[in-house]
Order: sequence, then structure tokens, then C-alpha cells
Amino acid sequence: MKIIKPALAGTLESSDLQVKVAPSPDDTLEVVLSSEVIKQFGQQIRRVVDDTLARLEVKAGLIIIEDKGALDCAIRARVQAAVLRGAACEHIDWEKLS
Amino acid sequence: MTLRRSMLFLPGANAAMLSTAFVYKPDSIMFDLEDAVSLREKDSARLLVFHALQNPAYREIETVVRINPLHTPFGMQDLEAAVRAGVDVIRLPKTDSAADVQQLEAEVARIEKACGREAGSTRLMAAIESASGVINAVSIATASPRLIGIALAGFDYVMDMQTERGDGTELFYARCAVLHAARAAGIDAFDVVYPDVNDEAGFLKEVELIRRLGFNGKSLINPRQIELLHQAYAPSAEDVDYARRVIAAAEAAEKAGLGVIALNGKMIDAPIVNHARRTLQRAEASGIRH
Repeated sequence: MKIIKPALAGTLESSDLQVKVAPSPDDTLEVVLSSEVIKQFGQQIRRVVDDTLARLEVKAGLIIIEDKGALDCAIRARVQAAVLRGAACEHIDWEKLS
Repeated sequence: MTLRRSMLFLPGANAAMLSTAFVYKPDSIMFDLEDAVSLREKDSARLLVFHALQNPAYREIETVVRINPLHTPFGMQDLEAAVRAGVDVIRLPKTDSAADVQQLEAEVARIEKACGREAGSTRLMAAIESASGVINAVSIATASPRLIGIALAGFDYVMDMQTERGDGTELFYARCAVLHAARAAGIDAFDVVYPDVNDEAGFLKEVELIRRLGFNGKSLINPRQIELLHQAYAPSAEDVDYARRVIAAAEAAEKAGLGVIALNGKMIDAPIVNHARRTLQRAEASGIRH
């Protein structure tokens, strides 16, 4: 899935996260993660983000994530929402989102 | 018999509530993708609900998703997400006729087949929110074997009737019509939400009314209302004692091969035995009313 425009999903409320995506000028994939619980759960959050992006076949883009202690299910949902918006995706392949 | 006293509404776009609502232990949790979600957040709320439904924390609670009507740009995607995520029940808003339920049923069957979900495992619930819906309540309630219940939704209904929420007089006919339709169809009936979460006395008065009318339960908008509702639906110590004696008499009659059950010289029939089972089930779930 190709990110063709900047997009945002989620909030900065507790137990949520905000995900911003933008096209990559040099066609690379960069994930910038900040979290209130980075020390305890940073690796786990990063694993969920990477897995979600891989399933969506996102190979390039700037992904900026500000986590406020969200559960894995919310992380997946917000990353997917931001990517689908940034890719202007009209047709959803639910198999890739599970 | 599935106990459905409390159905807690959760706004589908609220990650915090979706992440924690199971701790309140309502009988059912209803993830709302319709009125509680703004137009620009429909897509992200749908994804949140899609993943929340797959959270193991919700395995022990009946899950319901209120989708947008199928004629809107959102309804079909909501349905795809909810059925594929394994929701227990789809709640259809603004149900005016049996045809609305049958259209939903056909789409659910199609999605179940497409994603490999067991055919018929997605149950349905119809919310009646208009004069037409109330008039057609019987045909709606019998429109599909997947239906587990019908619900009256008060706000839209009173708007349609050109009135407003008051002491319950404005809902009297609709409550009775929906309840009778549900009972005739052998499915559950759910009452409207009580909007003022700070008015405990008013809430309890309404709960007592709908309990006596015969509703299975009520839609709730605040977790604080759950325990109040469950307590109001809990049987008294006398009710439980009588129910135990009815069940004991029924079991003794069955063991003795008797077709007729008697307790204290009075004949007991099947509806009384079923009512006794429901009483014990409620006592087990909520204890004794105090």
C-alpha cells in the first residue's frame, strides 16, 4: 500500500495513540515512536506497529506515533486507519487487517 | 437462557472505553458505530471495534455492534468488519419493516460464507425507532431465525411521534407493542436508555416499570447504571425460595414419571417451571435483592 498524502488517526487521550503518516521523499520507511510506557512496552509496541505495516504492505513512508498507553488492538486500529487514509484506500481487504 | 438485563453502549471511536469496558461486566456490550461516531471518524471507529472484538477480554461477554443503516455509505463496511471480527450480535438501527431485517440477514450470510465463519453464528437484533417500526413490530420480530431480540429506541421514536421524553406515558404504547411482538416471537425485548445518569431515583423508577412489564433488560449509557439495574432485576429471597421448591418438585415428578407437577397441593405447569429457572439464573448472576 502506498502512502500518497499526509494523514492522521487517533487521539492523544489516555489509552489511545495518535498516528501521523506522510509520503517518504526518498522512498524509505521510517517509524518514529514515542510512548509514555516506552521503557516497559517499547519493543512490544514496535513489534505491533511493524507487523501491522507489513501486513498492509507499506514499504515507504514516514510514520510518527505518539502512544498514550494504548492496548495492542488500539495500536493496530490506529495505524491501519492512518495508513488507509494516507493511501486514499477505498477498498478494504479485511484479511490483511486481522 | 442467556441473561440480557444490561446492554452497555460504548462509543466506537473511544479507544479508552473500548479497552476497559469489560471490567464493568454488563450482560452485553454494544459497540456503537452509528450515532455516537462523527462522520469523519466512521472509518477509524470501525477499525477500533474490529480489533476490540478480537480482544480475548471480550470472550466472556456477549458482544453487539450497532452498525449504520445499510443504505448509508457506512453500513455495509460496518457489517463486514463486525461479522469478520466474530461479533455475537448485529444491532440494526431504525428498523421499519421485516424487509430491513431480511436484507441484513442476506448480507450477513454472504459475509459469513466469504470469511469462513459458521453459517448462522451471527445473531441479529432489530432496534425499533419509529411509528412504522412499532406498527410492524410483529413482522419484524419474526423476520429471521437469527433474531435474538428487538429493542425500542426512545429518542428517535418520540421525535417521530412529534412528542418528547417525559414520565413514560409517551412510550407506553410502543413499549407494550414491542414487548408483545418479542414474546409472541419467542425472543428478548430491550427497553430504551435512561439519559440522565445523575438521576438514580428516576432510573430505578423506570427500571421497576419495565421489569414489571416484562422486558428482559435495558440499554445503558453509563457503567454506573449496571449494578443498579442488576440489583433491581435480582429476585427477592422469597422468590428464590419458591423457585427452588418449584424446581425440586419438577425434578421429583420427572423422576417418578409423573406428568403432573404439584407443590403444596397446587398444580404447576411448564411456564411456572421456566419462570423458576429464570429466577434462579438471575439470583446466581446478581444475588438476592436487598
